[in-house]
Amino acid sequence: MNLPEPFRLLLFVLGTMAFVGANAAYLVWVERKGAARFQRRPGPTEVGPAGLLQPIADALKLMSKQLIVPPGVDSILFRLAPILVMMPAMMCLATIPFSEALAARNINVALVMVFAFSSINVMAIMLGGWASRNKYAIISAARIVSQNIAYEIPMMLVVITLVMMTGTMNLREIVDQQAGAIWHWNLFRLDENPLMPVTFVIFYICMLAETNRAPFDMAEAESELVAGAFTEYAGMGFGVYFMAEYANIVVGCALATLLFLGGWQSPIGVWSGIPWFLLKMYALVFSVIWVRWTFPRTQFYSLLNLSWKILIPVSLATLVLTAIMMKIL
Amino acid sequence: MNDFPFAPLILTVTFLVFAAATAGGALLAALTTRIIRSVCGLSLCCVGLAGLYYFLNSPFLALMEILIYVGAVCVTIIFGIMLAEPDEPVPGGISQSSVMWATGALAAAAVLFWGTARLGISGHWPKPPTTPGDGSVRAIGISLLTTYSLAFEVISVVLLVAIVGALALARLGRHHE
Repeated sequence: MNLPEPFRLLLFVLGTMAFVGANAAYLVWVERKGAARFQRRPGPTEVGPAGLLQPIADALKLMSKQLIVPPGVDSILFRLAPILVMMPAMMCLATIPFSEALAARNINVALVMVFAFSSINVMAIMLGGWASRNKYAIISAARIVSQNIAYEIPMMLVVITLVMMTGTMNLREIVDQQAGAIWHWNLFRLDENPLMPVTFVIFYICMLAETNRAPFDMAEAESELVAGAFTEYAGMGFGVYFMAEYANIVVGCALATLLFLGGWQSPIGVWSGIPWFLLKMYALVFSVIWVRWTFPRTQFYSLLNLSWKILIPVSLATLVLTAIMMKIL
Repeated sequence: MNDFPFAPLILTVTFLVFAAATAGGALLAALTTRIIRSVCGLSLCCVGLAGLYYFLNSPFLALMEILIYVGAVCVTIIFGIMLAEPDEPVPGGISQSSVMWATGALAAAAVLFWGTARLGISGHWPKPPTTPGDGSVRAIGISLLTTYSLAFEVISVVLLVAIVGALALARLGRHHE
């Protein structure tokens, strides 16, 4: 690919936007179909074959709705919050390498960048909830903060554990180290660090919590808080929040794929490439949907207890044990 | 990157945007009456600062600025505000003492600004002993444990003081009830 730099940049910006949009639309379809199958009903069937055109109808409906800014809200912050939710998710995608050749930027601190920008996401949802001046939205905003602070710590700890093993924060180098067959993937490198599966499970749980997915969707909790922080949003304002949620799920699953499942490396050692990356990533995304429709929402207290009393000590222990093992072995 | 058209122009504009974000965010944080907006100003200021750090060839520091100041500090401040007072602040009149405080603060800030500006423009700045790191884990680790080990230790002491202070405050609060 010898495109001139400006065109490459433009292509990546357009490509990211298109990817985020199309991805959100069709993940909603997968979510609805999946939910329906888990509950033994057909799901969307009317629009297009197997309901495949349903996302387009949904998007048209959302866009044709009036954008209401209710009286009494903090109007600047209320309008700004959906944009602020969307932006970091797109920024994160800039650092994710989809394959050897398909990456917007190959930077050394890519891993830190993903975490830095996903931390803005919390603030944006919280500002949206606060600016709504609605009791449900404020309760939800308070829950989001305590949840995200609690789960960011174990996530960072397991990522540090991984970085200690890889010795780099460059996502492409991390994937390159996992070249070869399936037992070279970080998840299965038990000869170097037998604690890797524990690390992966903690990472996965924290990712569910950071993206506010069930069983940790305390922020939205539609049966108790109407729609949580998004209660006052109408039309596309609400739609953007949803797009951002799906974009964040994709970023989280892509990161899990890159860090633990070998990125675009194939499990048999040959024919590595972008199909493997997409396959692994969407398998993880499907598992996220699967978890959502299988487990009930946890209580808020048990959610915080899980993080502070179980996940943080366990991840600290893995960190220390990994350090010891790296010194001794 | 060198074959980019109008590269100097784009660089200048980006730099000005970041500088404006830093200064504007700081002004917003200081001048607005609603405390939630001043936190937003603070986070805007931090994002601008992160951009300036990026211009100074330290991407790691830039990202840490966003991760820590926007992602942790501002979020915690907003959390505190939300627990305390979700509504409008009561607009109080300007009292004699607040004018005095404002004058004092303005004078102190002016002196500080003059001093740092003068130092920045006319001071002799030796070249840094090492070339700025490329942001790799190895470079960061080495510089944290050699060149900047004192700063590293001092930061940990600050954090310790913060934790002990928080514990002390929490204890006091419990006794008062």
